[in-house]
Amino acid sequence: MNWTAIGAIYRFEMARFFRTLMQSFLSPVLSTSLYFVVFGAAIGSRIQEVEGVSYGAFIVPGLVMLSVITQAISNASFGIYFPKFTGTIYELLSAPVNFLEIVLGYVGAAATKALFIGIVILITATFFVDLHIAHPMAMVLFLLLTCLSFALLGFIIGIWATNFEQLQLVPLLIVTPLIFLGGSFYSISMLPPAWQTVTLFNPVVYLISGFRWSFFGLADVPIGISLLAIAAFTGLCLAVIWWIFRTGWRIRS
Amino acid sequence: MAPILSIRDLQKTYEGGFQALKGVTLDIEQGEILALLGPNGAGKTTLISTVCGITTPSQGQVTVGGHDIVQDFRAARAMIGLVPQEIALQPFETVLNTVRFSRGLFGKPRNDAYIERILRKLSLWDKRDSQITQLSGGMKRRVLIAKALSHDPRILFLDEPTAGVDVDLRKDMWDTVAELKADGVTIILTTHYIEEAEAIADRVGVIAKGELLLVQDKASLMAQMGKKQIEVQLDAPLDRIPDALAHLDLALGAGGESLIYTYDTNAARTGITALLNDIAAADLVLRDVQTRQSSLEDIFVDLVKGEAA
Repeated sequence: MNWTAIGAIYRFEMARFFRTLMQSFLSPVLSTSLYFVVFGAAIGSRIQEVEGVSYGAFIVPGLVMLSVITQAISNASFGIYFPKFTGTIYELLSAPVNFLEIVLGYVGAAATKALFIGIVILITATFFVDLHIAHPMAMVLFLLLTCLSFALLGFIIGIWATNFEQLQLVPLLIVTPLIFLGGSFYSISMLPPAWQTVTLFNPVVYLISGFRWSFFGLADVPIGISLLAIAAFTGLCLAVIWWIFRTGWRIRS
Repeated sequence: MAPILSIRDLQKTYEGGFQALKGVTLDIEQGEILALLGPNGAGKTTLISTVCGITTPSQGQVTVGGHDIVQDFRAARAMIGLVPQEIALQPFETVLNTVRFSRGLFGKPRNDAYIERILRKLSLWDKRDSQITQLSGGMKRRVLIAKALSHDPRILFLDEPTAGVDVDLRKDMWDTVAELKADGVTIILTTHYIEEAEAIADRVGVIAKGELLLVQDKASLMAQMGKKQIEVQLDAPLDRIPDALAHLDLALGAGGESLIYTYDTNAARTGITALLNDIAAADLVLRDVQTRQSSLEDIFVDLVKGEAA
């Protein structure tokens, strides 16, 4: 394992994040505050409680997931797409590193940034709602796995994309709708039975349900299935990336 | 001594069927400078990209310092530095960070003193904290060289290093190459400029349509270039070389209107005086006299044309 190279990629990617630290810090604080104002205050005044939890607190896990998933995808996809765009990918391809080291560097950095945003949102949330975390270890595990798996997905998107529009396409058209429809701001038990069944085909449901369970001990689907779903998703992303580097798809001619 | 770079029957066929390399075989000795000349699309960049790992070979074998570029890619690539043809840099990074990154990427621990030495050598030290976007084109090219040298490679590939740079910078680049050679670095450069190959290379290779047409010592090429021709245009055409001039190594020009004499400029006696005296003695009337010297460019053009025919 070329740990020096992994460290070099990781530090290089993190340096970009630290250069724009205020932006990286302020934007999640602002957006979270807005969500609490709009969803928590406006809607929360009509929905008092969901399954015994105040609506303001109920949306916190979904809100964290929403930001963490979008940040992990956008950071990882941009991280690997930008060298393709500028042509500096020649250096990665000619360096004595294998695919795992490249992935660890880029995905590790993207996941770290997403984790940072997630923590900032959680802290921000404590200013608006009274938050108790029932299973802190499980919460950390879910958060880490989500950061990692969606950074892997972002990496795949970054390699697949041939222009900046495509880079936005999957997050905008697929991921964001899946998050919003995955029970971020409601319990799927609030939906009509038919829609509940449809919703179970949305992989994000399992993530948010598991994450919410770690906070309140409440889940739409069993926790074991949630863990299995995220593990399967991580495995699938890893397999796709392994195939990409094996065949050189869109990176090596 | 075993060659530092050994290429055997290297072939590359891109998706779509275009064959960019058709079985290139080449050995490069440690410490030499090889210039690869060739027209656009000849396969120069594909050759370099394949050796460096950017392009996957379709067939053949390449070893770098005895390490196979596929089986033992880590050891092989660690010895190589690549300066690409296009300027490819992360625009918002500083010079120092981007060069440090390259060193780390190649698995070498941080060494600020070494990086400083490279940046000073390339006149970039004063710009170390500047963003890449603030640099001129020539400086960006030097940053690419600094990145390629950051891990102390034993082989440096320069893909058209002086394309689009002004004369002063080109001379600077040649000096840098000479200094690297003095440090024992093996250099393979591609170029369109014959004068560049003449100025800095030890050997010259000519590549066209994916085939290596010639690899020759520059000195022996220069010897070929040392041949000069004198063409004596005659007032009246001849149907054959007169007997009085038969002892000279002459050829009859087109339509018998001229006599062509080839001589060695480096020889103690070129024989020009004797030639002119003998022509006058043979009662031939001269209309004009021209001299021609074959250049590396002529050799190159002839080879490439011959290949195209």
